[in-house]
Amino acid sequence: MRRLALAALLSGAIAVAFAFLVLPIVAIFTHVPPGTLVHQLSDRAVRQALLVTLKTTLVAQAAILVFGTPTAWFLATRRFPGRAVLVTLVELPFVLPPAVAGIGLLVAFGRFGLLGRHFGIGDHVAFTWVAVVFALVLVASPLYVRQAVAAFEAVDQNLLAASRTLGAGPARTFFRVALPLAAGGLAAGEALCLARSIGEFGATIMFAGSFPGRTQTLSLAVYQEFEGQGNLDVTLAISALLVLVSLAILLALKLTASWQPSRPSSRSRFALSRSS
Amino acid sequence: MAALSAEFTLPLRAFAVELALDVDRTVALVGPSGAGKTSVLRAIAGLVRPARGRIALDGEAWFDAGARLFRRPDERRVGLVFQEYALFPHMTVRQNVAYAGRERADELLERFRIAHLAEARPGELSGGERQRVALARALARDPGVLLLDEPLSALDAHTKAQVRGELQALLAELGLPTLLVTHDYEDAASLADEVGVIVEGRLRQLATPQELVARPADAFVASFTGANLLHGVATRAGEELTRVRLESGDVVYSTDEAEGAVGVVVYPWEVAVGREPTADSALNVIAGEVRSLVHVAHRVRVQVGPVIAEVTQASADKLGLAVGERAVASFKATGTRLVPYR
Repeated sequence: MRRLALAALLSGAIAVAFAFLVLPIVAIFTHVPPGTLVHQLSDRAVRQALLVTLKTTLVAQAAILVFGTPTAWFLATRRFPGRAVLVTLVELPFVLPPAVAGIGLLVAFGRFGLLGRHFGIGDHVAFTWVAVVFALVLVASPLYVRQAVAAFEAVDQNLLAASRTLGAGPARTFFRVALPLAAGGLAAGEALCLARSIGEFGATIMFAGSFPGRTQTLSLAVYQEFEGQGNLDVTLAISALLVLVSLAILLALKLTASWQPSRPSSRSRFALSRSS
Repeated sequence: MAALSAEFTLPLRAFAVELALDVDRTVALVGPSGAGKTSVLRAIAGLVRPARGRIALDGEAWFDAGARLFRRPDERRVGLVFQEYALFPHMTVRQNVAYAGRERADELLERFRIAHLAEARPGELSGGERQRVALARALARDPGVLLLDEPLSALDAHTKAQVRGELQALLAELGLPTLLVTHDYEDAASLADEVGVIVEGRLRQLATPQELVARPADAFVASFTGANLLHGVATRAGEELTRVRLESGDVVYSTDEAEGAVGVVVYPWEVAVGREPTADSALNVIAGEVRSLVHVAHRVRVQVGPVIAEVTQASADKLGLAVGERAVASFKATGTRLVPYR
């Protein structure tokens, strides 16, 4: 009797958990007929937000890869005093409230900001699509850099040393050995980072505003269409689109996780772990 | 002038490696785990930078602290074979070998009998095959010196004996100055012309394997080097018995099976010393001149002909042995090990 009650309680808890997590997603797709969702996607505001999102996300991701990868490599391969401080600084924006990150960007790169007041930088950045890119990079890059540091650290140091003794310089060692072996981890970090930047809201609205066709991304449009225009159908259509994009990223992440070439397969099965 | 000459100080966490070493043929550094053996190889390869000293190959300096000269690993002509081989897991065997030198890759694949594995990944290979790939890869760069880190320790016992024989043949054929490190004295003695015993970063003794066993510099060297290693030619002598004609002309027997050139391994404490041959069960009796008497921590190492025996001080006194006198060394066939030898 008691076992039965326990089983019933357990099943109930599991059912509630699943329902709570899944219901909002289901509701987005069922609140209005699917035809309406598809139709609303051709709305001008949606198309503009989609273009802004594509452009800013693409540029932000490129910047994160180009600047973040060498930074991660540096942090993963060098040991020096103050390294822990640098790692913490790189991770800080990840735990910072996004609105705080946004105001930080404003007083740094805005018209009257620390850097922005010089050379007219602020005029070119604040409340333009460039500002959106800044916000995305600041908030999302720690996800990539953290994961990339871990991926590079997981590469067997002996493989890098072997590459050097075989006549390869630092650049060839990086591109032929470190990068391919860390690729799985880098891709996973990039996927998380991409998901975070598509969902970015707080920092973007503080620093770039929400101007349709200029700085209004899909995530901002969800709020704007609902709160400003009171257009629930368009809001739901954008939301459904973002659910599908998020799902695709999540699936891609799971696929890269199952594909990890950096195994210590250079170790013999009978190897004794002796070193001197 | 030696091909490779290294003289440097490399501070490690617990102690500093202080070493002066010339390598012309094959030198083995042997010592317990954590003695700094791998660090010596890493310093020569340029993977770590010593605090002081000089490293040069054929007179060309790779590192000279006085001249503030430090060549990067890719600017030194070294072939370093890592303990676990460090093959690139994401590349095929051919790509691994071609990484260091495209021109010689196919020739080396043939030479090391791994051409049929060219498209395989390191993860699919056996321990012995991996070692052949690692050697081929190290040689593809046409190195001026070969460095081997524990070349046999990653192998299981069965593969080890075979690979040791192959490695002996290869080193003889290459004629490259080779420095190898191992924790196993038997491996060192069978592969190298000279063996250095290294403890906490310092060379205790550097000598031929025979010399090390005959005249160990201290008790540690004595206990570490352990065995006699004699050379001879083995033939089958009946059920479970092998007859070995030693280079000295003496004949000994072993219960190990072998044929052809072999190394005969006998531990000094397995060897009895007397004035006259005695009628006991020991099959192997070698008569000869007492060549040396060395005291090692309450014991005496007596060299009779080519064999070193270890006896207590008391029995040495009883026999009244002196250098130049005749004596007889005897040991049992069951205590006589046969190992492959080039």
